[in-house]
Parts: sequence; structure tokens; C-alpha cells
Amino acid sequence: MKKLLLPSLVALALAACGTEQTTEEASAVDDSASSTTTVPTVTTPSRSAASLDPLDRAGNSVFFDYDSYVVRSEARPLIDAHAKRLAQDSSRKVTIQGNADERGSREYNLALGQKRAEAVRRALRLLGARDAQIEAVSLGEEHPACTETTESCYAQNRRGDFVYLGR
Amino acid sequence: MIKAPASCFPNVFSGICRLLSAAVLVCAATIAHADIDITVTGAGAKLFPVIIPVFENEGSLPNSVSEIVRADLERSGRFSLVDLGPLTLPESKTPDIAAMAARGADAVLAASVLPSSGGRFEIRFRLFDTTHKEGNPELGGMLLHLSPAQHRLAAHRIADFIYEKLTGIPGYFATRIAYVVKSGSRYELQIADSDGMNAQTALRSPESIISPAWSPDGQHLAYVSFEARKPIIYIHTLATGQRKVLANFKGSNSAPAWAPDGKRLAVVLTKDGLSQIYLINADGSAARRLITSSGIDTEPAWSPDGNWIYFTSDRSGDPQIYRASATGGSAERVTFEGVYNVTPRPSPDGAKLAFVTRNEGRFRVAVMDIASRQVMPLTDSARDESPSFAPNSNMILYATDIGGRGMLSATSVDGAIKQRLSVQAANVREPAWGPLQQ
Repeated sequence: MKKLLLPSLVALALAACGTEQTTEEASAVDDSASSTTTVPTVTTPSRSAASLDPLDRAGNSVFFDYDSYVVRSEARPLIDAHAKRLAQDSSRKVTIQGNADERGSREYNLALGQKRAEAVRRALRLLGARDAQIEAVSLGEEHPACTETTESCYAQNRRGDFVYLGR
Repeated sequence: MIKAPASCFPNVFSGICRLLSAAVLVCAATIAHADIDITVTGAGAKLFPVIIPVFENEGSLPNSVSEIVRADLERSGRFSLVDLGPLTLPESKTPDIAAMAARGADAVLAASVLPSSGGRFEIRFRLFDTTHKEGNPELGGMLLHLSPAQHRLAAHRIADFIYEKLTGIPGYFATRIAYVVKSGSRYELQIADSDGMNAQTALRSPESIISPAWSPDGQHLAYVSFEARKPIIYIHTLATGQRKVLANFKGSNSAPAWAPDGKRLAVVLTKDGLSQIYLINADGSAARRLITSSGIDTEPAWSPDGNWIYFTSDRSGDPQIYRASATGGSAERVTFEGVYNVTPRPSPDGAKLAFVTRNEGRFRVAVMDIASRQVMPLTDSARDESPSFAPNSNMILYATDIGGRGMLSATSVDGAIKQRLSVQAANVREPAWGPLQQ
């Protein structure tokens, strides 16, 4: 209860200050105030890296035009190959990681990356992969393939990556 | 300054360095948490001259509390300090008002530190108006009980009291800020006092951390971590380091925003396709869709009365700011100028909306008067992001980019007062200003 009462005491004290009387105001610094508590540092647990196989290395990225979320025709063969592989082996699971260039709001860029991942996911679905095999996620602007502030660099960051999970 | 070894994070070994106004450089290399350097780059047109003397017996506390109060007031860009040297003005006596006025001060503090039981202390202070010609010049005072470790918070409370008495606006010094530091390929979510001191790392990760959001009680941070190679929302209890997953649905989970009651959050999920806004209980239960569109809806933010959710949507083609009732229903468009308006952040008093607008390829923070819908650009850099209001609704903290390096800046809502906050040799981004500390 102490914690709850103190702010109202301060508020009362401040309200009383509006008068011109000499006022002895009472307040306190709460013992439980978190500012005096050390904030313990948590380190994120290490995770096993997603497995990459030859098909991934050969081509696991689909690129998009500026402000576009439509899969380019040149990316069709790659998406076909991935869809075929998923359709043939229903135990296979893939994550589509959408990405965006770094300009603008991080959260809005996360949504744009999701839009790209979602476009790839839908294409895979149309080509025979099943919902349970695909997760479309976004890394937004957080995983740039290229970090220069040039248009050619931005173009490399507007992409979707296929990442196969360990089986 | 000590250069941090490559393997060390900058808050561990860098020096304490503060640039005060007019290039007064106070620099002390120590192994303390040095934290954020704050540079005042713009001040108010009229500065209020005040005398903050050394507190009687302040040497019994670990640091000079009067120094902390002076630094707060000076950094705020609203005060000038009239120096009284080593002279103390005990709280028990009314100072010589005429003499203080003659030194050019409009207000003077009388303050004492007194030992209390159990190793604790009291700070007693009274504030006086030296321009007051008749009657009682006292503006009020306070008694603060504290342990020695609480001297910083006590000093910030005193500065808040003085700030409010003399400007009529509540202070913001007894607050903390959260932000993300990127150093090499490592990320740290850090918490510091509003003066940049006492920086501590809450979370360390090899993957990005974005969108930290303070719970209304200041005890927890919600944020988005990419540690599992997808965006997942966590709630982190700062005092204990305990963290739990708030939302890890299929797809992406992001943009947490606490409801003012602290019991629910608005979040963005993609479990049903594109980014859409859901409400979820603070324990992670009962996720339900709040707003429905065929495009992107993201960056939800509550109005302080809990009635509205402001958000970014591309439903009209370009990203614009909308708002909808927090109980759902149709959305109302809020921004109309330009083709890129994102990151809506209502002020705690509900009167203003800060957001990011793109103009000729430059991203700037602007502020809208919600009643009149009048928009004023506030910042003038090229890559300003993530505006966050101080609890007094008068200052806005935001991320900026200077020479390719991420830094934080703060501006008053009228744009007059500007500060830059930087961490040595690191990129700082994603600031979030916490509530007044209880």
C-alpha cells in the first residue's frame, strides 16, 4: 500500500503549494523504487542455426522492386523448385524471411517485409506446398544483406529468403 | 576519454563526460557507468535564473545532490544557474531574499541533508521567489526520506519540483529511458536515468531488439526480439530480469503498445496474413483481432484515456495515420499531407500527436495538435524516427542519424529546446521514455 499512497501524497503536497502559505510538504522516496534496484542483465539463449543445404545455397533469395510486393517473373523458376521440393516431401518445412530496405520506420518496414514473405508464401501454396509446411515471417530492416546507403544496396535488401529448418 | 576495447560494451568502460551548454566540458574518466552523453544544442528564448546552492551537509551522501539538480535544470534549456560558490543555504532559515535577488536570481533554494535512523537520510528543502516584494516569498518545499543509494532519484524529484513551480509544467527528470545500443553485431537493450546516468543492460542478444514499450507502472518493458530468427514479443520485468513470451504466433509478432490500464496490449500479428492489429491480455491470453483491413495496419498507440488506438495503415495506398475506437469499429484517417506518415505517438496529456513524416526523402518528426489537426514539423535531420513523449508531454525523445551513426535527440514540443544523447562508439536507436518513477 505504501507505493500506492505516496504519489497521492505528492499530488496533495503539490496542490497545496498553490497557496502562498509556507508549507512543509512531506514526500518520500519509496524503498522499492526500481531506480535503485540493479537491473540484471539477461543474455538471450543460444539457438541452433537453421540448416542450409545445396539448394539453399544455390539460390534462396527472391528480390523485389522498390515499393513492390509482387514476385517478379524471373523468380518463378526458383519458387517452382522450392514448391516442388515441399510438395514431394511433406515433412519438409520452410520459413520465408521477408526483408525491407532501411529507409523509414522499423515497424512499418517489418510489415513491408511481411508483405514480401506473404507474396512468396502464396506463390508456394499455389504451386502445391501446404500451409503447415510454410511460415512467412519478417526481419524488416534488421538483417540487411548490404549496408550502404545506395539504391543498388537497398535493392539487395528488398528480398525474401528461404530458410529450411533442421529436420 | 577512454576508448572502449572492442570486446566491451560502451557503457562499461567509457568515461563520464557531459557537455553542458556553451562548451563547458566536464570530463572525468572512471570505470563507472558512463552512459549517455547529453549535449544541449538549443535552449529556450528566456532562461529562468535560479540559485541552487550546495545543500547543507550534502557530503554525507555518495554524490553531490545539488550538482545533479543543477545539471537537470540546466540541461532542460529553461534555466540559467546563478553560482553561489561553496555557500550553503540551510533549509531551516529563510535566505536573504534581497541579497539573492541582487545576485540576479529570480528564485533560490534552501536545502539541507539530515541524518535519519537506520543509516537513512532526509533532504529538506524550500523554494523561494526572490521577485516577490510583499508577503511570503516561499513557493513550497518538501521532505524526502531516502537511503544513500536513492540520492539520484531524490535529486531528480527536487529538480522536478523546482521545474514545475517555476515553469508551470510538470518536470520529467525522475524518469528512465529505454533504448537499444548496437555495437558491432551485438545488441543491448539498456535502461538509463533521464540524465543519461546509471545506464544498465537489461537484455543482450546477437540479434536485433526493437520497439521497447514501458508498462504504465514502469516495472516492465515489452519489446520485439529477433533472437529466434523471427519477431517475437516479450515482456521483461526489469527488477528481476524475468522475461516471458507475450506473443509468438505463426508469422511475425511486433509493435507492442500497453493500454493505459496496463492489463492489455495492442500488438501486430500476421497469423492471418498481413500485419494486423490485435488486443492481447498482458499474460499473453485472449488474442483477438481489433481492426481489419486488406493491407498493412501497424504501430498501434493508445490515446491516454484508453478510448482510441492510433495506427499506421497503407489502406489508402501510402502509409498514413488513422485512429479507431479501442473497442473496434471503423477507422478515421488522421494525416492527409504527404505520402508517408508513420509512427503515431499521442502525448500523455492527449493534446498532441507526434509522428514521422517523409518529405523529399527526409524523415522528420512532426507534431499535430489533435483538436485542430494543425501539423508542425519539429526536427530537421534526414533520418529521424521513433518519437517518444516525456510524461510531461513537453519533450520528445527520438532517434536520429548523425554521420551514419545512430543517436538519440530530444526536443521540446515547440522545437526551441534541443538535446543530443549519444553513447560512445555505438549506434543508439529505438528510444522509449518511461513514466515518472513512483
